[in-house]
Amino acid sequence: MARIVAAMSGGVDSAVAAARMLDAGHQVVGVHLALSQSAATLRESARGCCTIEDAGDARRVADRLVIPFYVWDMAERFAHDVVEDFVTEYSAGRTPNPCLRCNEKIKFAALLDKALALGFDGVATGHYAQVEIGADGTRSLHRAVDPAKDQSYVLGVLDAEQLERSWFPLGDSTKDQIRAEAAERGLAVAKKPDSHDICFIADGDTKGWLAKRLGEQPGDIVDTAGEVVGSHSGAYAFTVGQRRGLRLGRPTADGAPRYVVEVDVPRNTVVVGTADLLGIDRLTGTHVRWTGPAPVGRTLRLGAQVRAHGSEIPCTVTVLGGGDGLGVDGLGRDGGVVDGEAVDAAELQLEVDLDEAVRGIATGQSVVLYDGTRVVGSATISATGRRARAGGVGRDAQRSQAAS
Amino acid sequence: MSDQLVYLDHAATTSVFPQVIEAVAEQRAIVGNPSSLHTAGRAARRAVEESREQIGSLVGARPSEVVFTSGGTEADNLAVTGTYFSAQDASGGRRRRLLVSTLEHHAVLEAAEALERRSGAEVTLLECDGAGRVAPETLAAAIDADPESVALASIMWANNEIGTIQPVAELAAVAAERGVPLHTDAVQAVGHVPVDFTASGATALSLTAHKLGGPVGVGALLLKRDASLVPLTHGGGQERGVRSGTLDVAGIRGLSVALQIAVDTLDAELVRLVALRDRLIRGAMALDLGIRPGGDWVEGDATTRLPGNAHLLVPGCEGDSLLYLLDAAGIQCSTGSACTAGVPQPSHVLLATGLSDTEARGALRFSLGHTTTETDVDAALAALSAAVERARRAGVATGRF
Repeated sequence: MARIVAAMSGGVDSAVAAARMLDAGHQVVGVHLALSQSAATLRESARGCCTIEDAGDARRVADRLVIPFYVWDMAERFAHDVVEDFVTEYSAGRTPNPCLRCNEKIKFAALLDKALALGFDGVATGHYAQVEIGADGTRSLHRAVDPAKDQSYVLGVLDAEQLERSWFPLGDSTKDQIRAEAAERGLAVAKKPDSHDICFIADGDTKGWLAKRLGEQPGDIVDTAGEVVGSHSGAYAFTVGQRRGLRLGRPTADGAPRYVVEVDVPRNTVVVGTADLLGIDRLTGTHVRWTGPAPVGRTLRLGAQVRAHGSEIPCTVTVLGGGDGLGVDGLGRDGGVVDGEAVDAAELQLEVDLDEAVRGIATGQSVVLYDGTRVVGSATISATGRRARAGGVGRDAQRSQAAS
Repeated sequence: MSDQLVYLDHAATTSVFPQVIEAVAEQRAIVGNPSSLHTAGRAARRAVEESREQIGSLVGARPSEVVFTSGGTEADNLAVTGTYFSAQDASGGRRRRLLVSTLEHHAVLEAAEALERRSGAEVTLLECDGAGRVAPETLAAAIDADPESVALASIMWANNEIGTIQPVAELAAVAAERGVPLHTDAVQAVGHVPVDFTASGATALSLTAHKLGGPVGVGALLLKRDASLVPLTHGGGQERGVRSGTLDVAGIRGLSVALQIAVDTLDAELVRLVALRDRLIRGAMALDLGIRPGGDWVEGDATTRLPGNAHLLVPGCEGDSLLYLLDAAGIQCSTGSACTAGVPQPSHVLLATGLSDTEARGALRFSLGHTTTETDVDAALAALSAAVERARRAGVATGRF
């Protein structure tokens, strides 16, 4: 029996997660995070999870389960660590994933820390992922059984210490099963639509939302030869791989569609090119987190996933920094042990060579590394490029280097 | 969770007296609309009017000055909004200023602010001192700035969070001298400290049944006979034409029975609760955790602070953490006033008394009532220090402290 805070968004997943924790014999208290200082009373469309109606839905579920329920105000932390970070990242030409940031800084940091301080043993959420506990008690994070709902990617930012305190009771089920179970349990949220997109951008218009905060910054759209082919009202609103919304005046000679291949914020320029330029097979990752024991060795054969619902690509990971060799007994925020001394994972850098090129990888996105179904860790993509080919085809140099 | 629950949130709502439950149940079983002319209607009317007379005599009002409402919030809204429109009508729009204290309940504050947003009112907030008291000179100065433009002043009898009692008679005298009606929200005071409507000199006074051992859903606005109010609910013209709607006979009887008991036992309860309140405040301060009472506290005194109010300021932590930890230990209290959204905001009352945002977050309101015993108080004290220590660690985790 553990004492658990069930993070309850007001949606069906977290409701069933709380119910399952209770069934498993844990002592459960429901907590809804108030993430917006001026929460709307009702949802606009089906998006988001930050309204007073959502808090009310969560409270109803808690009442039904006969567990205590509280609203914890994390609005200031959320505004600073997630929303401001989101704006800063975009304004630097990167494409952040705010859900990862929220998991890293809010749900499994601010919320978890507060819960631990109040005497709880950990936090349970409605994420679709599985935790396996090894013979020695160490926990590892694995993909959910439902590939369509698997959310291990957004949990790839957790370190071993956070994972020790996290429960994900939905990882063995499909979404349909969860909805059916919610209905069987008589929970009113059984048919509530899924939330999607970014919870703090209610209408889903990220570009418009950014424009309101960053203002218009007109600049040029150029091709790879440097020739001006169009104009934009703010480079920050563009993402590598994007095709729509470019409104280019001149078509290419062969009529091939053009994509954003680079967002150059210092020069406020968007570079467009043909699809073949989008293929990326080399990534540099910083802000490394090991979701479990730090791996052994400098070179690792793993799988890489670069977006929330992307597929996994086999890759070779080279661990850079932190001395000459990595030990095995380092945990959590440590990057490992070098010559008997712990190394902070933050000092590491990863070079990821993908076995096959992937289109449209932007800096700021996270690469999450898998060993089979197990999440090994994650890093934030700081640079992308293509490695030289035996046949001499392709660009050797790193094409996109994030402004720092 | 603890098996033994201790209820120390009587200012939110208090236990209903058994005699009230009996009277309400008895009346509920009897058919009859007091506006009907037949036998059943007459019987209902008699029950209402007897209750009205009884209530009037218990709070120093004439029966005709008792206007039944659905509770304190409606009484406050009726007083503020009804008086505002009436003053507007009578002055050709000249009387548009609403003078309200900074520590009013939201039922008054929001009603005034809504009139400012939509109906041309101008709200002047009356500052209070660190104890939460509005000086008569403050009211005088606010009126004297332009006496002919004031529609209403509203200053509560006793504050629901920190328990501070206002010098209502002095304030009402200042207002009356200047021809300004004064409304006072006495929801927390009636039945707990002596309240005499006529002697107070107020023009209007709000009270509610469920804070004094009666049922939820019934209250009254005491309204001087010469006071004029524009009705907010239109219809059958009940209650002097200012509050239409079929009267809740059972609820009204419940209010009168509860008020009778509360007033009959007031002197003894006051002494008993002051002793328990002081025991709780003294005990909390003795924990050596930097805890001090919010508002004004004079040991043994019930003229400056409600007898059952033990509001505590706990530095270095958030009220909601304390609330959770105490709840888990079986101690039920509040951070201040209940908030529908459930999102803790620093209390406007505490900010009004000059506390910082951070200081105001560590507030805890224990409110004692007719069922409270010394054992309850000691249980709260026993649970408090562990809760504070833990909540402080949680406060560090949120980065606010």
